[in-house]
Amino acid sequence: MQDGYTTADGRKIGGVVMEMKNITLRFGGVVAIENISFDIREGEIRAIIGPNGAGKSSMLNVISGFYIPSEGEVWYRGEKRPQMRPYKVAQQGIARTFQNIALFEGMSVLDNVMTGRLGHMKSGLFAQALWKGKAEAEEVVNREVAEKVIDFLEIQHIRKTPVGRLPYGLKKRVELARALAAEPKLLLLDEPMAGMNVEEKEDMSRFILDVNDEFGTTITLIEHDMGVVMDLSDRVVVMDYGKKIGDGTPDEVRNNQQVIDAYLGVSND
Amino acid sequence: MFYREAGDFKTSYEQDNQTFPIKFDRYRYYVVLAIAFLVVPFVINDYWANAILLPFLIYAIASIGLNILVGYAGQVSLGTGGFMAVGAYACYKLMTAMPEVSMFIHVLIAGGITAGVCVIFGLPSLRIKGFYLAVATLAAQFFLVWLFNRVPWFYNYSASGQISAPERDVFGILITGPNAPAWATYMFSLIFLTFCALVARNLTRGTIGRSWMAIRDMDIAAEIIGVNPLKAKLTAFAVSGFFIGISGALFFSVYLGAVEVGEAFGISKSFLVLFMVIIGGLGSIFGSFAGAAFLVLLPVVLKVVGVDVLGWPTDIVAHFQLVIVGALIIVFLIMEPHGLAQLWRVAKEKLRLWPFPH
Amino acid sequence: MPDQFLFATEVFINGLMSGVLYALVALGFVLIYKASGIFNYAQGVMALFAAMTLVGIMDGQVPFSHIINSVFGTNVHHFGWHVPAMLAILLTAGVMVLFAWLVQRLVMRHLVGQEPIILFMATIGLAYFLEGVSDLMWGSEIKKLDIGLPQGGSFWIEDMTAGLGSDNFYGFFIDNLDMVATVVAALLVTGLVLFSQYTKQGRAMRAVADDHQAALSVGISLNFIWVLVWSVAGFVALVAGIMWGTKSGVQFSLSLIALKALPVLMLGGFTSIPGAIVGGLIIGVGEKMFEFAIGPLVGGATENWFAYVLALLFLVFRPQGLFGEKIIERV
Repeated sequence: MQDGYTTADGRKIGGVVMEMKNITLRFGGVVAIENISFDIREGEIRAIIGPNGAGKSSMLNVISGFYIPSEGEVWYRGEKRPQMRPYKVAQQGIARTFQNIALFEGMSVLDNVMTGRLGHMKSGLFAQALWKGKAEAEEVVNREVAEKVIDFLEIQHIRKTPVGRLPYGLKKRVELARALAAEPKLLLLDEPMAGMNVEEKEDMSRFILDVNDEFGTTITLIEHDMGVVMDLSDRVVVMDYGKKIGDGTPDEVRNNQQVIDAYLGVSND
Repeated sequence: MFYREAGDFKTSYEQDNQTFPIKFDRYRYYVVLAIAFLVVPFVINDYWANAILLPFLIYAIASIGLNILVGYAGQVSLGTGGFMAVGAYACYKLMTAMPEVSMFIHVLIAGGITAGVCVIFGLPSLRIKGFYLAVATLAAQFFLVWLFNRVPWFYNYSASGQISAPERDVFGILITGPNAPAWATYMFSLIFLTFCALVARNLTRGTIGRSWMAIRDMDIAAEIIGVNPLKAKLTAFAVSGFFIGISGALFFSVYLGAVEVGEAFGISKSFLVLFMVIIGGLGSIFGSFAGAAFLVLLPVVLKVVGVDVLGWPTDIVAHFQLVIVGALIIVFLIMEPHGLAQLWRVAKEKLRLWPFPH
Repeated sequence: MPDQFLFATEVFINGLMSGVLYALVALGFVLIYKASGIFNYAQGVMALFAAMTLVGIMDGQVPFSHIINSVFGTNVHHFGWHVPAMLAILLTAGVMVLFAWLVQRLVMRHLVGQEPIILFMATIGLAYFLEGVSDLMWGSEIKKLDIGLPQGGSFWIEDMTAGLGSDNFYGFFIDNLDMVATVVAALLVTGLVLFSQYTKQGRAMRAVADDHQAALSVGISLNFIWVLVWSVAGFVALVAGIMWGTKSGVQFSLSLIALKALPVLMLGGFTSIPGAIVGGLIIGVGEKMFEFAIGPLVGGATENWFAYVLALLFLVFRPQGLFGEKIIERV
């Protein structure tokens, strides 16, 4: 079933990387997500949009393993994912950023980015206690990857600055750097442009497109700015009150009557 | 003028990762090491060793250990006294059971045993956080002290219920017991402190250190980006326990010689080491040294000033000490949560710009 | 009835009584935690300080006499008068209010917005400070506190129950003081509940506990409320100090007994007054029964650690406490 398609700008999109099958998520009596299915294909930029409280962030939390769905299955790279702790999910190649920045404030930018490399660093406790030899060599190899990402996102000058001292826009970028340093197969971005001005949004859009283009990373993002979403993404899922009300290319979604109703409201007469 | 990093270029990541990236710091570190190893042993006497140097070295090890747990991994523990007791009693049992084995081995194994105990009492940290955990570690403190007090096997059924260190030597030089020379006990502790500080430094600058700090700063996010919280927390407890166990073993065998558990390793010991960490600086190895030095010197200075100079009774001076330590803790938490280490860093920043501050 | 069962019952009742005293100390913690999110480690030392001040005032001791004598070479110890118990209690309450104001003005105001664990460590510092001050003020020797509360076993209950068992059973031994403490604790809790339900200050206190920002925005002075809360906690500490002090003398170990309030709170939750009482009773009964049943087998003195280990095990299985709601974590 998985042959993929070619986008309007001529990029080849591959087979299905992740498939959500009939996901339902309940907190006590509250239903946050109700019976939603969709897929994410290799190399595409997939957006999840919807009004506030539609359950978008909950959906991202299900993908990254932080919430366990009450019903439904998550399929990742052709296999049903068993229930697992979030850090295991991360080690499978899923990295993410957070809506309210979740950086480690007491550490420098470089150390934050290096935490993204944790899954790639295997030396044991004793090797690290010794430092010289295996641990140091590994540190240097991974430092090179981290530095590449730092170069790529143009944050070299703040490498050694404690994250707590940075302004909001830069923090967002450092968070993206941390996620990228993991060299993820699937990158989840939770409102990467929230609270940014136009210029910062343009920068961030450029980074997202570059990441997708240069590393071929599959990206799933949540965003409120419609213009940005429609420009960036290949396919869009629309959610409202925990239900899926639309799924398709930006053009298809734009002309979907249910989506228009959800965003503009339905006239009652 | 001479304290500069400009012009001190790094051409590899190895150089950038070293402990003292600035040349001047590095040279000063070598000088301090040289004095500690090559000069002090020849001028040391019993008073200096017992009143200042030995407690400083041993408490520094304990506060490095606690700092790893509290300052780096963010898990507050009030069980330090109990864990030091584990190190002490493990060392005692080993010393009496295997007199022919070197003291180095005994102290290291005592550290290892303490690491194991610490991990067991660290298990609840997987479910509970913050001061809930702090109070849970009180369970370790009270339970362990009770255990060593009540189960005669631990003190070899001695009539007094105390443990006292038999004479043991390293390469023919007495290390424990009343006849051990001051320089030998000093060197023995110094070697352990240097070893612990190096290990702590290596661990905190690498992968494990970063996963500790990630858990400390934001545990949920840390888990989502790939930090295994079980591994991070339990290694922190293990490493911390290892150091605290070593310090407990030294405290008993090399420093005190004879120990009554409730007196030497009671709850006040837990607080003393915690205060060293706070005053020295959370999350700083240098801070652990500074905090230990400060709280070891304070009573000595107060005693000299209060009792010897002013002629006050000792109990009043002791009460004053409580007031001063308590006030200092509050002042540091209000003014400078990163402790003496941060004051030192600020001073160095200033020095780097001197004499042209703008 | 078999004697063993009667002994167990006696232990159980005594456990309940000492549980009341734990609950009394725990109450002070809950008050401050609810209103300011501060876990006040110094509560135990506050009880010690209050009891010492009470004894000092009753005996007409000169505060800081030791230092004064050492510095000026004088030899003053007492004013030479005796203050009646009721008046001394009032004066001590006044001292506790002053203390509350100083804590708020000099310490807590500067720590607003810090992480809870930093505030906790600050109160540890406060505990040391206060312990030093009370020793300097009143001297560190063990003092007897007697404000005329009945003490010793109740003969009435002993005679009443003596006939229940065989000749080896002499009847239940229950301390009069414990019974008084139970009544006082009940009164205190009722008073606090009435205060927080039906007075303006009480309502403001609850508002602050619920949401600082919202309380500020309707014109409640946080400063005033916090001083008030620390004063009330100081008063609770005074009551606890009187009870414990009468029972076992005013001495440093009093502040360690107060440490037991911590596991009580672990069980009952930090924000619930009924929780503090139920938690106190469970710990009180639990440690007495454990010592009665298991203690002799393992060398005794299990009361030193039983409460903490119980709280630890309990927390591992139910981190939110007895009455807390399940915590849903968010990112």
